[in-house]
Amino acid sequence: MVYFLIFISAIFVNNIVFSQFLGICPFLGVSKKIDTAIGMSAAVAFVLTLATVVTYLLQKYVLELFHVEFLQTILFILVIAALVQMIELVLKKISPSLYQALGVFLPLITTNCCILGVAIMVGDGTWVSKIPGAESGLLQGTVFAFATALGFGLALTLFAGIREQLSLNRVPKAMEGTPIALLVAGLLAMAFMGFSGVV
Amino acid sequence: MNKGLKTLTNGILRENPTFGLVLGMCPTLATTTSAINGMSMGLATLFVLVCSNVVISLLKNLIPDKVRIPAFIVVIATFVTLVQLTMQAYLPALYETLGLFIPLIVVNCIVLGRAEAFAAKNTVWLSALDGLGMGIGFTLSLTVLGAIRELLGAGSVFGWQVYPENYAQLIFVLAPGAFICLAYLMAAMKKAMK
Repeated sequence: MVYFLIFISAIFVNNIVFSQFLGICPFLGVSKKIDTAIGMSAAVAFVLTLATVVTYLLQKYVLELFHVEFLQTILFILVIAALVQMIELVLKKISPSLYQALGVFLPLITTNCCILGVAIMVGDGTWVSKIPGAESGLLQGTVFAFATALGFGLALTLFAGIREQLSLNRVPKAMEGTPIALLVAGLLAMAFMGFSGVV
Repeated sequence: MNKGLKTLTNGILRENPTFGLVLGMCPTLATTTSAINGMSMGLATLFVLVCSNVVISLLKNLIPDKVRIPAFIVVIATFVTLVQLTMQAYLPALYETLGLFIPLIVVNCIVLGRAEAFAAKNTVWLSALDGLGMGIGFTLSLTVLGAIRELLGAGSVFGWQVYPENYAQLIFVLAPGAFICLAYLMAAMKKAMK
């Protein structure tokens, strides 16, 4: 039951893009076409889940063991950067077809703040406050990370679908480009607010 | 000196990080629930920008080209940790409000972007000015956005009540208001710049 709540909360109620404002850069940057949006979402889901497992273990068995929690920011960002590089190399060797699909998005992911943000939330255990019955731990934390990535994917795909339609319409000159995209995001965020209170 | 002044004003107006370059959107949207929050976030970023620009331009000849990005990230993360610990000690309430977005200055595209595009190629003095200009530009746009959202959403500016709160629209302090306010502000800036 608690896993169901984690999914509902992370995908709809506390959507990473529309209610937590994480990962806005790729959200605005790679949302012009549905194909690229899906590719980016898949890459984020892959890296986010793996990065959360690795950083959680480091937090528990290195940082907290030696009482050096203040090194969290430096350690996490380096580990994420290294992990992304490693995933890129491994994918290239093992599955060239997957690398073809995700390859271009991987380098962009290092500076995607939703990866570091979720890693810190799970490492500190602050994510449990929004979901009743959830406990900070490796399994639930990983499920939360994966569900968050699904929420990111949903937001990105919805947004890309609307932007594809939008590009066919005439927009006032000053609103072209980023402003109209932000306005669409605002309306989507308002729709997602309808889920508040569900969990 | 003329060049220094040009570098300084470049970040404030022509290449304003928020309205010109459209970088660092996450903190821009998330922390501008009030003018004071936006300004604090801007100032924290300004500090990191100036310090990391100075250190990186000092080290630019020592860092091998192949590992420059990880090296830049370590320098930036060090200053972010400095800000984080100082804020936690002296401004705990503010630290609580800004929360996750303080450690996330590390992945703010502006900081790494300026390190790569400016500090790695220019002198220490110019890099410091560039960091200062970009930081001021970022702080200004965050403060303006925060003030507008606070005025529409809570009826006050910097905590000073302008009109009764009952007439304010709460939506502007919530998530959708952030997107909508920034959209119109950006469109207005685009129109005004021409």
